[in-house]
Amino acid sequence: MKPLSAVGIVGYAGYIPIYRIKAAEIGRVWGTGCKYPIIEKAVAAIDEDATTMAVEAARYAVARAQINPEEIGAIYVGSESKPYAVKPSGTIVAEALGISSQLLAADYEFACKAGTEAFQTCIALVASGMVKYGMAIGADTAQGRPSDELEFTAASGAAAFIFGKKSEETIAYVEGTHSYSTDTPDFWRRPEEPYPSHYWRFTGKPAYFKHVLSAAKGLMEELNLTPDDFDYAVFHQPNTKFPLAAAKMLGIEEEKIKPGLLVPIIGNTYSASSPLGLAATLDVAKPGDRILMVSYGSGAGSDAFSFVVQEAIEWKRPLAPPIAAFVNRKKLVDYACYTRYRRKLRK
Amino acid sequence: MSSKVAIVGVGCTKVGEHWDKSLRQLFLEASLKALEEADVDRVDAIYVGNMASATINFQQHLGALMADVMGMRGVDAVRVEAADASGSAAVHQAYMAIKSGQAQTVLVGGVEKLTDARPADVEYAAMMSERSEYVVYSGITIAGLNAIQTQLYMDRFNARYEDIVNFAVNDHRNAAGNPYAQFPFPITVERVLESPPVADPIRLFDTTAPADGAAALVLCPLETAKKLCDTPVVIEASVLATDGVNPYERDDVLTLTSTRVAAERAYRTAGITPRDVDVVEVHNTSSIMGVLALEDLGFVEKGQGWRFVAEGQIALNADLPTNTLGGLKARGHPWGATGVYQLVELTWQLRGEAGGNQVDGAEIGLAQSVGGLGATTVVHILRRWH
Amino acid sequence: MSAPAVRREIPYRYRLMGTKCLNCGALFHPPQRICPKCGSKDLVEEELAWRGRLVAYTVIRRPPKGYEDYKPYIVGLIELKDGKLILAQIVDCDIEEVRPGLKLEATFRRIREDGKSGIIEYGYKFRPVIEWNWQKKPNPEK
Repeated sequence: MKPLSAVGIVGYAGYIPIYRIKAAEIGRVWGTGCKYPIIEKAVAAIDEDATTMAVEAARYAVARAQINPEEIGAIYVGSESKPYAVKPSGTIVAEALGISSQLLAADYEFACKAGTEAFQTCIALVASGMVKYGMAIGADTAQGRPSDELEFTAASGAAAFIFGKKSEETIAYVEGTHSYSTDTPDFWRRPEEPYPSHYWRFTGKPAYFKHVLSAAKGLMEELNLTPDDFDYAVFHQPNTKFPLAAAKMLGIEEEKIKPGLLVPIIGNTYSASSPLGLAATLDVAKPGDRILMVSYGSGAGSDAFSFVVQEAIEWKRPLAPPIAAFVNRKKLVDYACYTRYRRKLRK
Repeated sequence: MSSKVAIVGVGCTKVGEHWDKSLRQLFLEASLKALEEADVDRVDAIYVGNMASATINFQQHLGALMADVMGMRGVDAVRVEAADASGSAAVHQAYMAIKSGQAQTVLVGGVEKLTDARPADVEYAAMMSERSEYVVYSGITIAGLNAIQTQLYMDRFNARYEDIVNFAVNDHRNAAGNPYAQFPFPITVERVLESPPVADPIRLFDTTAPADGAAALVLCPLETAKKLCDTPVVIEASVLATDGVNPYERDDVLTLTSTRVAAERAYRTAGITPRDVDVVEVHNTSSIMGVLALEDLGFVEKGQGWRFVAEGQIALNADLPTNTLGGLKARGHPWGATGVYQLVELTWQLRGEAGGNQVDGAEIGLAQSVGGLGATTVVHILRRWH
Repeated sequence: MSAPAVRREIPYRYRLMGTKCLNCGALFHPPQRICPKCGSKDLVEEELAWRGRLVAYTVIRRPPKGYEDYKPYIVGLIELKDGKLILAQIVDCDIEEVRPGLKLEATFRRIREDGKSGIIEYGYKFRPVIEWNWQKKPNPEK
C-alpha cells in the first residue's frame, strides 16, 4: 500500500517506566531453570498505565516535531491494556497536550500491533489531506499471568509518532506499508479476564513467523526492494529469539536489527514494542538510511513499513530524549514490589 | 449594645473514644454542665461548633438538632463551621449576638464525634479544611502539611526536631493533671522520636489522634453575669481573621498571618500587650504549629519559638504557661470542640479552679484557635472579673 | 468522586494552567479571578513552569482514603522555575534518595480512582529530571 501523496514522520518519541525486574528474579519465585527469554523487563509504577505513558511519549514527540499541537487532527492509541474498557485514551492524551477539540480520536486493539495500525490510519488521513498531522501511539502495561512464560517478558512502555505531509521537516518518509492478516488464535484475552492466554509453540511458526515474513516479503515485492536495500530493520519483539530468527530467515544481518532490539533489556512492550524499536533505530540512523519495520499482533497480523530517513533527523533528534535515556534510567525491583506495582495483590 | 460579654457557665466531656455516646449525647452532656453551672434553663440562642458531622456522622442541621436535644424548640440555633476552628468561631458568633443586643443568654457548644469513622476516613475529613482540588489532591495529610512546615522551619532557623517536639512533651506533662484529657500521662522527647513516623519527620507522638468530645459555654452580658455568679470571666476580645487557604500562596509559608492579624486586633480591643497575658492556649496539631503560634501571637520573635519551648518557658511555672491542661496533643483535638475546650480551660484558670495545674494569679488568658493550616484564626482574650 | 468535578479541573491538572496577576505578577494555581495579593482583577491564564526544585518534602505513611495503595509516598513542596510554589507527589524517586534541591519535572500520572468501576483521576506529579545528552551517541556503530 502506498499513500497517494508523500507522508512522513515529523516527530517521534518513546517512554519507558523507570522500574525493571530481572527475569531471573521471576524465575527465582517460580523455580524456573536458568535460561530466560530476556534479561529484564520494564515495569510501570503503581500510578502509571497505558494512557499516562502515552501522554509522556506524546509530549516528547510534539517537542521533537516542533509543531503547534493544535494542528494535530487525529490521535489513535493502540493498546491491549487500556485503563478503561470503554472510554478512549486518545482524548486524555489530547487534553494533556492541549490539542484542539477538532479531533479524530479512537483506540485500537490488535494485540501487539495496535500501535502500527494507528500508524497506517494516520498515514492515510494525512495522505488524503483530511488532517494536517496525525499522531499514532502504541502503549501497553502488558500483564502476564503469574508463573506463565509470558510473565518473564510482558512489559510496559509507549511510543508516539506524528505523521505529516513530506517536507523538509520530515524525519523519515513512508515508502509504503503492507499488511498480512489471518484468523490465527495463538494468543487472546477474553473480557473480564485479567491475563491473556496463549497456545504455547503455536505462537511461533504458524503465527509470528508466518505473518511477519509474509508482510515483510509482501512489502518488498510491492516496493521492488530486497533485504539488502535496508540499512536497519525492526521486528516485533516478543522475546530475544524471534526477531533474530525472523531477520535471519529474511536474510537481514543481525547488525541491522541491533539498534532497535530492546527486548532483552526492557521486555515485550506489546503495542509499543516495534514502535519503540523504530524510535531507537531513528536515534542512530543517518539521512538516506532505509528502515524496515514489521509489527506482529496475535490473532493474527503483521504490518510492514519502509521508511527513508531525511536530513531533518539531525536537528530534530536532540529535541527529545533518546530511547537510551529511558533504557539507562532504571531501578530494579523484586518480585514483591513488582506484584504491588502491577496491582496483582488481592485486597 | 452591650458593653461586655461574660462566661457564666462552662462544661465539657472527657476527650477520647466515646463508643457508647453519639454526637447528640456528647453535646447534651457538656451543655447540661454549662447550663447547670450558670443556673440557666433556657437561652435565646444556640451556636454549635462542628467541623465534620456531614462526612463522619452523616448528620447536618446541627442547630435545630441540638436545640431539640436540649429541649429548647423554637430557639435561634445554627451550626458554625470554620474547619477545626469551628468551636471558637461559634463562640465568636455568640459573642457578636450578645454584643449586638440580639440575644441575652447564649449557649455555645463545640462537638465532634470522630470515632464513628475509620482512620483513613478521618484523615480525609481532616483534609477538607484545605483546598480540595489541589492540596488534598496531592495525597498530603494534616500531619504531612505540618511536616513540611517543620522541615522548612528547621532549615530556616537552624532548629532540630528534637527541640521542637518539646511542645508535645509540655502538653503531655500538663494533661497528666487533667481528668478530661485524652492522654493524661507524661512522655519524653525520646518517646516522641521513637514513635512510628507518620509523615517524616513528624512522629506519631507529635500528632493528634481521632477523638470525640464536646465543650460548652453559657454567655451573657456582664451586667447579668454579676447577678448569676461570683466569678464571671469576661471576653475582652473575640477576633476572627482569615488568610489564603493554600499555605503556599501566602506571603510567607512560616508565618500564620491570620494569627498575627487576629492577635493584633485582639490586643488592641482588650487594651493589653502580649506581656500582660498570664496563660495561653494555642492550636498545636503538631509541635510546629504551637511554635509558630507563639511567634505570631507576639510572645517570642520569629525563629525563636523553638528555643523558647526547648528552654521550658511554656511550662506551668515558667514565663508563659501554655496549654496548661494538655493542649491539642494531650487533652485531645476533637476538631470542632477544641476551640471551646480552650475557653473552658482558660475559664478554670482565671477562676482559680485548675487544681494542680493552676497558674498562680492568672488574670488574663489568651486562646488561639486555627482552622486547617492557618486559613482561619480565632483569638479570644479572657479576663478574670473583680 | 465526581466525574463533572474532575473534568472541570483538567486544564489545571493536565497542563498546569494557572493565572498571573498583571498588576503584581503573582502566580496562582488553580487560577484566581481576583488577585488575593493586590486585589487586581487584571489576571491572565498562564501555564506554570514544568521544571523546578524540591524545597521541602514529607513521606506520607498514613494516607487519607483513596491513597492507601500508594503508601509510603513522597509529597514535596516544589519551587517552579517561574517562582511558583506547588505541592505535589514526587515519583520515580526512592525515599532514601529524595533531598531538598533535587531538580524535578512534571509528569502525568494516575492520582486516584473511584473503586474498580468508577473514574480514574489523572494529573501532575513530579519526578527527578530525566537528563539526556546527544553528544554521547547511544550507538556509534555504522
